[in-house]
Order: sequence, then C-alpha cells, then structure tokens
Amino acid sequence: MTSILGPITCGSGVVPRYLFRIPAGFPSPAADHMEQPISLDELFNLRAPHMYLVRIDGDSMQGAGIFDGDLVLVDRSLEARHGQIVIAAVNGEPLCKRLHRIGGQVALRSENPRYPPRYILEGDELTIWGVVTFSVRSHDLK
Amino acid sequence: MNPAPVFALIDCNSFYASCERVFRPDLLRTPIVVLSNNDGCIIARSAEAKQWVKMGQPYYQVKELLHRHGVVAFSSNYALYGDMSQRVMTVIEGMVPALEVYSIDEAFADLAGVPGDLDYLGRCIRERVLKHTGIPVGVGIAGTKTLAKLANHAAKRWAVHSGGVVDLRVASHREWVLKKCDVSEVWGIGKRLTAHLQGLGIRTAWDLSRAEPGLLRKTFSVVVEKTARELAGTPCLQLQDIDPPRQEICCSRMFGQRLTELAPIKEAVATYVMRASEKLRGQGSLASKMRVSIRTGMFNPDEAKYANGVVVQLPYPTDDVRLLTRMALEAVGRVYRQGFRYSKAEVLLLQLCRRGEFTGDLFTPSQTLQTERVMSVIDGVNARWGRGTLRSAAVPAAAQWAMRRELMSAGFTTQVDGLWRVNRAPTERRCT
Repeated sequence: MTSILGPITCGSGVVPRYLFRIPAGFPSPAADHMEQPISLDELFNLRAPHMYLVRIDGDSMQGAGIFDGDLVLVDRSLEARHGQIVIAAVNGEPLCKRLHRIGGQVALRSENPRYPPRYILEGDELTIWGVVTFSVRSHDLK
Repeated sequence: MNPAPVFALIDCNSFYASCERVFRPDLLRTPIVVLSNNDGCIIARSAEAKQWVKMGQPYYQVKELLHRHGVVAFSSNYALYGDMSQRVMTVIEGMVPALEVYSIDEAFADLAGVPGDLDYLGRCIRERVLKHTGIPVGVGIAGTKTLAKLANHAAKRWAVHSGGVVDLRVASHREWVLKKCDVSEVWGIGKRLTAHLQGLGIRTAWDLSRAEPGLLRKTFSVVVEKTARELAGTPCLQLQDIDPPRQEICCSRMFGQRLTELAPIKEAVATYVMRASEKLRGQGSLASKMRVSIRTGMFNPDEAKYANGVVVQLPYPTDDVRLLTRMALEAVGRVYRQGFRYSKAEVLLLQLCRRGEFTGDLFTPSQTLQTERVMSVIDGVNARWGRGTLRSAAVPAAAQWAMRRELMSAGFTTQVDGLWRVNRAPTERRCT
C-alpha cells in the first residue's frame, strides 16, 4: 500500500512575495493611455467561423505575390467577384487562381505567364470554395 | 404575455463524412465511411455509402466490399470534427436568440418571439452554414423539442420535398408526419420501448401522441409521458443553457494492439488519468473515489479472458493528476495478472463534488493551495501549447500502444503541418 498521507512540509503555506508588492514612486505616465496590443488574429479575423488557412504550393501565383509554401487566409463568407483570388475546385481539383468572369465566360487565371488560363467549359464543374483575403510568407533565410 | 414556445433542431447531415469532404472536393460524390477508434467498426456513413454497410459493422468484415464499390474509409479525426462543429455552432449562434449545443452535430435553438417567416429563417441557417463551413444541415421547427426533433427527421426523410427544412407548427402538417413516422423514430424511444409500446397497439408517433398520459406514466415512466405530451404539442422540455456537471468521468480506450506486459499498460492508465483529470478540472469538480480496470479481448474464442477492476478511496477529494496517477498505477498493479493479452483499460472518477462544496472535518487533510496552483499552471500550459505539452512522467510522448488510426485525414484546421495544400502539381497529389 502506498502511504496516504504525504510527508509533512511547510511549503504549502508560502505565499509569493510579489503579491504584497505595493507600487511606489512616480506613477507611470502611460498608465491612463494603455491600449490592447495589436492582434493578428483580429486583424485577419482569423477566429471567425468562416475563416480558413490554406497552404499554397508551386509558383503559379507568384505574380500576385503568393509563392511556393505561402499561407493564405480564405474567407468562405464572401461572394467571389471578378478579379479576386479564390480557392476553387474544378472537377474536384483544388486550385488557387484569380477569378475572371467576363460576359458568360468564366476562367481561372494563374499569375505566371508559364501557366495558361483554365477556361471553365460546359461539363466542367466549378465550385468556389472561398476568397483569399491575405497571404502570409516567411522571409526567414533558413 | 410570453410568446408561444418555438424550437428548432439543427442537425448536420452525415457529420463526420461531411467534415472529411470539406477539404477533399474530389470526394464530393464518393461514398465515405468513418471508422471508430482503432479503426474497429463503421461509425459514420455518407448518404452514398449507406447501401453498402450498416452502422457498427466491423471494418475488417467489409473492407473488401468497400474497396470493390469505391467507398473511401477514414479513421476518425476528432480534432477536425471538433473544430468544424465549433464553426457550425458559432455560425448558428449568430442567427438565433439562444442555442443549446446538444451534441457534436446537433443543436436546439429557441425561436420563441422571433418575428417573420421561420421556414425562411431555417433556409437561411442552412444556406449560411453550408457556405461558411461546407457542412450541410437539416432544420426541424416545432412547438416542442420532441416535435422539432421529429420535424428534423422528416426534413431528412422527405429531403426532396422539404429542401432540408420542415416546420410542424401547422396542425395538419404535424398530423401527417406523426402518422407517417414509426414510434421508434421518436426521440428517446429505443428498441425495447418500441416493442413494449407496439404490444399496447401504439405503432406510430401519432398513436403515442394520443395515448393516455397517466397510463404511460404508470406503465413506463414520467419520461415517456413527457415525450407523449410533447408530441401532442405541450412543451415539457426547456432549452438547457449549460451542461450540468457530470456525476462521474470516464476515460477508456482500446489499445492499438494487445498488451501483455505491465509497463505499457501503466503508461496507458497514466494517460487516461491525465485526460480524466483534465475533464474533472474543466468542470470544476473534485473526485473522492476512482475505479481502475483492465480487460482482455472478450470476443475472440482463442484468447483467455480476464477482466478486473478496483475502486480506490482517495485520501481527500482531489483533482491532482499526480496523486491520481500514483494511486491509479498502484491499483492497476494489483489487478494485473501475467499471461493475458490485454485490450483495454479504463479510469473512472467517482463521487464527484463541486470544489468548495464538500465539508471536511478539522482533521481531514484536504488539497493544498500549492496543488491547485500547480494544476492551474499545467492546464494553462496545455491550453496554450497543446494537450500533453506538460504531462506526468508516466505518460510517454509517443506510445506504442496508441490507437490505430491508419486512414486519418490531416489536421486541416488545427495543425500548421496539416493545412490543406492547394495548387499541387498533379504528380504530388495523393491518390485516394
């Protein structure tokens, strides 16, 4: 059997000294002007239920400043408009492209001359998954 | 005057399978099943998969069949389901006056006094949840919770006509649905009750709604009586805002493989104690007793069977993971017998009381202030840097006995390494 009572210590009653520290001297002149620090969560609205993080592969969007391995913030609540960068699925394939909607013609355009635009033709199934609102890239040279 | 009570039950369609689809648009029409812990049996099916397998079927029995019909199986990814559930509930919360989250995939909304066309509101909820999360939901609206649940059932059963929303506040609609629905389809009426009710000639939900309440209470229970009253349109159940704290807390899991040695079983027990004590502290309770048990597989005729457990009296009501772990490990050593192949361990915390509710006498030791500080630091660190960051030394970082989850999708919304990857070159893309 293990002993039930632990060894008697005098440690449990110790109260940290800083609790009793009373500020002395001049009050901080900034005390009345304190504001919340800036939160990236809030700036990007990242905690909203319709916001998602997605990682982009490849160089097809480099003209838009989105490079291989970058993160993008995707807002599912927005209606995608012509000219916006979107996450879309074409016949089940997930893509990040710029949405072009001119007349009745819909296309997903890369931002790299090496990639041709993907025109959505009859029989293609296009689902707009969300709209890219920000991108995040690491500039660390690791 | 108070407005007439109106409830809506919002329920996600094939929730686990729908979650798996959000980041896999290639599986939009592919039948999907989700497996229980340890990839044991089928616990969720997409609509397309229902024709091939039953709920609860062991995976190894249907693996071939599923493969043949192109059904894709996933290990349960609770991190993903939990996050998607929270998103769904947050979206709905923004659209209704009050919400009771009833389970991971369903919630009751209180719509009393909400002006305007509630059927339209139901359709808006459906549309917005689908747009913001990719999860399809059904909405049932009625004057009582039991009827709202049945309305939701009807919305699914007659999906083509209902468009996923059914309002049963109109008496003629209510009667039509109640007459079409078997009594077994009513909320809270299980298999046994169904058989018993059928014996009394109560076959449909309509029959139950017309049954004599006094008789039901005498023959069955006050719960069945309330169910019948609710079906007849008299609200007996209110929206529950907060879960009442649990009276006992259990953490039990199958091992990923059979264990024969005591050491890895102790690791598992320590891990379950950690989880159970987190739940305990989460609801602000203290435990006075703990039951620790282990068992072998129970179904394989070739294996020797053994199951044993022991109840441990704790020195004082506590939530201290260190004390609980020490006593649980000592207890499991007492019930362990050599020569068996163990499949499962369980830790049960019993006789829970609210912190500050129990009265010890002068000479009973109680949990020290120091312990409370240590526990709150542990919980704080784990909340900030992830579960298991700070753990007792008896809990291994990577356990060899951990659950088998060979078919698990990525932590799309909870892990930076698991984020959805888009614009992959075709050769890099994983195949299904």
